[in-house]
Amino acid sequence: MSWFIKKRAPIKSPKDKIKIPEGLWEKCHGCNEVIYRQELNRNEMVCPKCQYHFRIPPRERLDKLFDDSKYTLLYNDIKSEDPLNFRAVKKYRDQLKGLEKRGLEEDAVWVAKGRLSGIETMVAVMDFSFLGGSMGSVVGEKITRGIEAAVEEQIPVIIFSCSGGARMMEGAISLMQMAKISAALARLSEGELPFISVLTDPTTGGVTASYAMLGDINIGEPKALIGFAGPRVIQQTIKQELPDGFQRSEFLLDHGMLDMVVERKELKAVLSRFLRYFTKEKV
Amino acid sequence: MVSMSRDPNNFEEPILELKARIEGLKAQPATPKLEREIDKLEQKLRKLQADTYASLTDWQRCLVARHPKRPYTRDYISNLFEEFDELHGDRRFADDPAIMAGFGTFRGRTLAVIGHQKGRDIKQKLHRNFGMPRPEGYRKALRVMKTAEKFGAPIVTFIDTPGAYPGIDAEERGQGEAIAFNLKEMAMLKVPVLVYVIGEGGSGGALALGVGDHICILANSIYSVISPEGCASILWKDADQMATAAEALHLTAPKLQKLGLVDSICEEPPGGAHDNPNQMFSLLGEHLAAQLAREESLSVEERIEARYQKFRVMGSFMQAG
Ligand SMILES: [Zn+2]
Repeated sequence: MSWFIKKRAPIKSPKDKIKIPEGLWEKCHGCNEVIYRQELNRNEMVCPKCQYHFRIPPRERLDKLFDDSKYTLLYNDIKSEDPLNFRAVKKYRDQLKGLEKRGLEEDAVWVAKGRLSGIETMVAVMDFSFLGGSMGSVVGEKITRGIEAAVEEQIPVIIFSCSGGARMMEGAISLMQMAKISAALARLSEGELPFISVLTDPTTGGVTASYAMLGDINIGEPKALIGFAGPRVIQQTIKQELPDGFQRSEFLLDHGMLDMVVERKELKAVLSRFLRYFTKEKV
Repeated sequence: MVSMSRDPNNFEEPILELKARIEGLKAQPATPKLEREIDKLEQKLRKLQADTYASLTDWQRCLVARHPKRPYTRDYISNLFEEFDELHGDRRFADDPAIMAGFGTFRGRTLAVIGHQKGRDIKQKLHRNFGMPRPEGYRKALRVMKTAEKFGAPIVTFIDTPGAYPGIDAEERGQGEAIAFNLKEMAMLKVPVLVYVIGEGGSGGALALGVGDHICILANSIYSVISPEGCASILWKDADQMATAAEALHLTAPKLQKLGLVDSICEEPPGGAHDNPNQMFSLLGEHLAAQLAREESLSVEERIEARYQKFRVMGSFMQAG
């Protein structure tokens, strides 16, 4: 099996994190309060009033997760093309170009390998800012390669999901990525290697109906929206008000769909413990 | 695309008018002249059907795939299987009538059969939830597949659903998990899995029965990541753009085959499966018999590897050198 590693200098970028894109204030999606941006930054982008976990860029997530913020980004030479020549109000091709111009070069998922509390781990982090974190061919291919490499190297896999689902602009090709990734996860399971799924706000559609729900451990970030059908679609179908807290992490925990809801500041410690629990003693 | 002066939703009207005329003539006392006339009209009908169906727009193809008289899973089972015994329930929560599952004999051999089931009349439609399964449907399906694996029976699935049911109860019981688990488990099944998209292949709710060794789509069936209506309302902000969306989604049999997402297309009768269900059953029966023979020649390892590779290569991307 050949797989490609584009070596990059290990990224150490505490300065990136302080960059404030715009405005000093941020409105919380959880409680609608307006919060001072610096306060959010100090609190790992978690609302100090309601504990809503803001979306964070993949780089920030990876920097925090890996030991000494050291990791290697993988498969970032794989780029989306436009297999259906898709055009709705916008052309898919133009959307892709626009995103590239904005410097979003990883498509909707970053795959990285590095050490997490000393344990070599394959990590994928989805990026909602790239077409709603939608899963198309590139997401499918990068995650599948990451899992296959993990099987080969006998290392665990962690995926941070953050996605509206399959990418419509690639039609049924994106639907089939669900089957492709799930099959790769079946092989990881067969290899008795751990897969931990972390579901962040939001995780819906085809991502929920494939890898996000297939973890040996499924962890939700607090108050994350998690579901198969989106709340709007459900409301239109059943024509009833949805119950309070419906499809939030805590709701899924109550209904037995998540193993735990873990606050961001505890996440690395929890992940590290499970990697350790699941690491087989070498006999 | 052909331009039709009529409402594009009524493309069958001229066919139905001609059929009614033929029926009318047949009701009259037979004379040699009348029989010649009927012959001529029947030829005309066949040509009209062939021409109409050869030039349907993708949206019209969706309407055929959803045609209220199109054969459903139950019809294929009762016409293709000498024996069939339905199994109920997921042993967890409930039985889901939106999916049928069971064992039977097809040309003398035992098969497991699993398929979405829509309803014919309004009572049946409600009972079957319009073919939209809840998690227990997918769990029942997997339970029966596992039983088939245990006893070495090949599995045939029939896909025909608008999608998995978007409801509060379905979400509470883990619709996403149920579909996901099927995808993962089906990838590793030791027995042959033959998939037939007989009507609507609606997104993840379809794929949850769709991970197999051979994926066959009927000529007028569709398979899509989202319904044309849903896509239109999200990407065009206008649900009336469904015909445009249908075109853009590449959801028809020939387009899917070109993209490498289905393995074969099963021909339909000239006027669509609903026009001549018996001919459809025999076309599908022949296809199934041939495909079963092919799949059974593989070893278990070869089969699982080939199934993995089939989905592994699905995707379209660029890679810098
Ligand atoms: Zn808040």
